[in-house]
Amino acid sequence: MAVVFEKPKALTDAPLHYCPGCTHGIVHRLVAEVIDELGIQGETIAVASVGCSVMSYDYFDVDCVQAAHGRAPAVATGVKRSDPSKIVFTYQGDGDLAAIGTAETVHSAARRENITVIFINNAIYGMTGGQMAPTTLPGQVTQTSPYGRDVNTVGYPMKVCELLSGVDGAAYLERVSVHDVAHVRKAKAAIKKAFQNQIDGKGFSLIEVLSTCPTNWGVSPKKALEWIESDMIPYYPLGVYKDIYAEEENK
Amino acid sequence: MGEKVLMKGNEAIAEAAIKAGCRHYFGYPITPQTEVAAYMSKRMPKIGGTFLQAESEVAAINMVIGVSSTGKRVMTSSSSPGVSLKSEGISYLAGCDLPALVVNVQRGGPGLGGIQPSQSDYFQATKGGSHGDYHNIVLAPASVQEMASLTQKGFELADKYRMVSMILADGTLGQMMEPVEIEEVSANQVEKPWALTGTGMKREHNIVNSLYLKPDLLEIKNFERFEKYKVVEENEVMYEEYMVEDADICVVAFGISARVAKNAVNMARAQGIKAGLIRPITLWPFPKKPLFNAAQHCKAFISVEMNMGQMIQDVELAIRCTRPVYLCNRTGGMIPSPDQVLEKIVEVNDGGAK
Repeated sequence: MAVVFEKPKALTDAPLHYCPGCTHGIVHRLVAEVIDELGIQGETIAVASVGCSVMSYDYFDVDCVQAAHGRAPAVATGVKRSDPSKIVFTYQGDGDLAAIGTAETVHSAARRENITVIFINNAIYGMTGGQMAPTTLPGQVTQTSPYGRDVNTVGYPMKVCELLSGVDGAAYLERVSVHDVAHVRKAKAAIKKAFQNQIDGKGFSLIEVLSTCPTNWGVSPKKALEWIESDMIPYYPLGVYKDIYAEEENK
Repeated sequence: MGEKVLMKGNEAIAEAAIKAGCRHYFGYPITPQTEVAAYMSKRMPKIGGTFLQAESEVAAINMVIGVSSTGKRVMTSSSSPGVSLKSEGISYLAGCDLPALVVNVQRGGPGLGGIQPSQSDYFQATKGGSHGDYHNIVLAPASVQEMASLTQKGFELADKYRMVSMILADGTLGQMMEPVEIEEVSANQVEKPWALTGTGMKREHNIVNSLYLKPDLLEIKNFERFEKYKVVEENEVMYEEYMVEDADICVVAFGISARVAKNAVNMARAQGIKAGLIRPITLWPFPKKPLFNAAQHCKAFISVEMNMGQMIQDVELAIRCTRPVYLCNRTGGMIPSPDQVLEKIVEVNDGGAK
């Protein structure tokens, strides 16, 4: 009988610990499918971060190192510099990448480190129970913005792709979403390109994935998917923010 | 042995690291250790190595974690305030059981302090310095030659025990020039089956990690690590004894202070005072036994330090407070003179010391 659907080889058999309706599982799968399709499982080294995806080292069936909060791009820099023939990616959330690890993110991009960054933006700190993130939307209620994010006192959300698009060293930046099938397919294409860029030695690629956190948003999984479309995408427009090779080709 | 050359202490560290097979250096400029980075930036590109000036000390130590997790020799260097920034990463290195060499060319503190030599990071280096139960192997050179040889020893011990080796030097040793011979040593003395090299689809995936959410497992991990520390304490203690055999007064000093103290011991002997010196070379593990043995015949101890009295606590513990231990110190970037130490020895010998 023909197999029409199976678990990617780059995922282990460990059951994911993520909450029902959380899209981490989808993104894990997309990354693993891409690793399978590119045939790089044996050469890939993952850098896990701190947040809900901290235990991704148990899920990705590749060599893994777990980095301190925000430091994944620095750890990935070390891994990649040690052996540039390896494929190195980080998997980070918004608190990790856009708050405590902002310097590491910006400078690894500025150095054009030949690594791939998978950035999960779900507008909240999930693992610690729903605090305000650097990407929490204006007015959004969280445990530490109980009256809604007041931009007059705590400022505005970080738009990571927009920010990094001003960094010369960044090679490829795209914001995608996984709230419906069509967008999941687009997200996979972007992730694949980000890994292919690394294989081709093209430098720093970052894919920002708009994701759900039904548990901490306090909504059903279905509502959470709808909220990405109704609230997140208007603030965080999808699309390619930088692709220096496409720019060169168009010249 | 190689040929004898005249080098700065900081440069000797860098060259010794290269000759021990270290091909990855990550750092951030800070006085008085910047020559390590400058030397590496010249040499590494010529030998296919990596010199990278990181955006911060925090990033540099995490780059060290990245290389170390792949099984290769790697180092970073800094001075006191920068080492504080590296502390988070040092705890992660300990928690992941990763080997690395960290150099601290100390300057005066706390805070931004000053840029003159100091030994005031003794507590930070030997008592952990970051969060969690852990130790670093702490090596205290007292000459440019030892800056080189202890750097190489540090790599060897780090690999052997999967620990951080820290060179605890100071601005004097970093900046001064002395003749030094640097050997070529092998980098591949220890198998590293735990290293992240890519599975090659030939083995289970390796995981380098310090997270254990189950407390019983984390406890076991800590117990195991401390079993390893016991082995280090039993086998790796290094120290120098100078005229201790018949001494009445035992001076204890490490690093540049020990050079000063040795002169003072010679001056005391010339006056007929039976003084001796114990110079710990490993500050952790601390040479408890030789100090305890010295306490059997010495009537008093003097701890000579460039801080407000930090190692003195370890001296008191080592001799179990069976003899008085006096402090002879300068701090803030000041160095004690042989005369100051001699004065203390005379005072203690006369029984008039406080």
